[in-house]
Amino acid sequence: MTQPIVTTPILEVRDLVKVYPATTAVAGISFSVREGICFGLLGPNGAGKTTTVEIMEGILPPTSGEVRYRGDALGVRSRQEAGILFQRTALQDFLTVRQCLSLFRGLYERGLAVDEVLRLCALEKLASRDNRKLSGGQQQRLLLAIALVNDPRVLFLDEPTTGLDPQARRNFWELVQSIKAQRKTIILTTHYMEEAELLCDEIVILDHGRIVAQGPPRRLLHEHFEQVLLELPRQDFPAAARTLPLNILESSDRIEITTDNLEETLRALLAAQVPLTHLRIRPANLEDLFLELTGTELRP
Amino acid sequence: MMRRLLTVLHARNLEFLRDRSTLVFTLLLPILLVIGMGFVFGGPERPLFKVGVLAPSIDRAAHPFLRERYVEFVPLPQQEQALQKVRHQQVDLLVDLHAPPRYWVNTDSPKGYIVEKLLLAAEPGAQRQPVTGAALRYVDWLFPGILGMNMMFSCLFGVGYVVLRYRKSGFLKRLYATPLTAFEFLSAQVLSRLGLILFVTAILYTGIGAIIGFHNAGSMLLLLLLAIIGALSMIALGLTIAARFSSEELVGGLLNLLTWPMMLLSGIWFSLEGSPRWVQWVAHVFPLTHVLDAARAVMLDGAGLAQIAPHLLFLGATAFAFLAFGAWSFRWRID
Repeated sequence: MTQPIVTTPILEVRDLVKVYPATTAVAGISFSVREGICFGLLGPNGAGKTTTVEIMEGILPPTSGEVRYRGDALGVRSRQEAGILFQRTALQDFLTVRQCLSLFRGLYERGLAVDEVLRLCALEKLASRDNRKLSGGQQQRLLLAIALVNDPRVLFLDEPTTGLDPQARRNFWELVQSIKAQRKTIILTTHYMEEAELLCDEIVILDHGRIVAQGPPRRLLHEHFEQVLLELPRQDFPAAARTLPLNILESSDRIEITTDNLEETLRALLAAQVPLTHLRIRPANLEDLFLELTGTELRP
Repeated sequence: MMRRLLTVLHARNLEFLRDRSTLVFTLLLPILLVIGMGFVFGGPERPLFKVGVLAPSIDRAAHPFLRERYVEFVPLPQQEQALQKVRHQQVDLLVDLHAPPRYWVNTDSPKGYIVEKLLLAAEPGAQRQPVTGAALRYVDWLFPGILGMNMMFSCLFGVGYVVLRYRKSGFLKRLYATPLTAFEFLSAQVLSRLGLILFVTAILYTGIGAIIGFHNAGSMLLLLLLAIIGALSMIALGLTIAARFSSEELVGGLLNLLTWPMMLLSGIWFSLEGSPRWVQWVAHVFPLTHVLDAARAVMLDGAGLAQIAPHLLFLGATAFAFLAFGAWSFRWRID
């Protein structure tokens, strides 16, 4: 009889609890992360994402539970092999982009050449610029470059695109995808569902410090949604149509109908003389999943 | 506009009142300053003459001369150091009232001439030992004090506020995510500041020294060694304050709490001879007192390594203790 091949996950979180005097930020969560994947931690503000990720980074001590890196407790090896991008980080005043990278490169035993990191993060033309004079997108690219300077095995990105404009966000996603292609493990926390759907192979959805769903995004959506969603502007939806036997959810500006029989629903709407010019049909996304699971909109 | 102003004022007052440590400190500092100034400058008027007595303590009942009014008697147990003070006219006369009574007077000192008459009226048989030497200029005596004061401010505030700013901006937290240790980080800060301080002190020494026409009586290498060990001790002291706090008001207040007593009691502006014994004892807790005592011994009296070794040992030991305590209590992030 052959034994199944068991590979040690690169990160294992076991029964993690973090209690602050006024609140329980993380209430006993467990999960593991396979090497080489992008793993997403999703949830609204206060869900415990940043606390969880900072305990995984070894920055915060847990109240109880443990995190294991490649089978061992966090320590010197995990510090040497992790690259970290915090939500907010200020660098030393008056240092150029290249000097910032050199500073952090000097703190690790091994890593990439500064020029290589500059090239990877498209920072060559900004190498001589004072780090305080970068735009938001450029600053995030520099912080990502600093996180990559030790050629990390695991990369922690805590809400890396919050506050960036759409163009800068897309550029950042392309960078992350190129890093992912190098088979580095990425731990990503985010508010943006589009970001999670695009980048993550597996996700954990947190709410009030607990895991409410866990798995690959497509599998989770498939498990929870066999239906499609129809969206209509609220003003296009006459009062008479509200009595139709449909699964209707009203918000301030739109009507959302969930159905597993699209043709029948469309026929019912036409019969009720609902104008369908602005009708939008879309599959469920992670935001719908979160709404379904927690009853709360997944917004920052 | 007034409503907005009052709203902001109220919020700031609440913030301040809720920061208990800063609040307590803010109230405590003025009280301590008043007490300190009272001890240093308070009391009866200063006497006209200063007489050194070769004895470990003054017993006024022992001799009628010791009961003279308007004369301050200072115990000076070490004869060689006491004679140096007569030469520099830091005391007007030195007496040894053990049999046979004798005294040393600086023949170049007008005050020495007058106080000698007082002594001879009370003790006609005292043996005269003439000494010569120009009065030590106050500016020469003050010079090491100014250098030391500048060094103290740079050591304490320079390092303390930088570490605090790094902590508040999140830069320290980012460094914590790397393999860097607290001791490494703190040592780097100490060395960076040490280099700066030595450079600035060298410029000040050369510049002010040239302006006032100062001549160092001792070894420059010994002065450099003293500057290094003294600065290390005071930088490390600044780090113990900045090691864990995140409030600028609190850190600023604590640094003031250290610098003001040192300003007053370390002998920057005036000698503490004649001040109460406990004041002198307190003064010797401060690293700056040891820096200045040793610097004056070298610069004014030409003292060698052996003579200032106790000061160097004190400064070295405190540097190590402060740095160890700073590393132990260091906080990378705001709790």
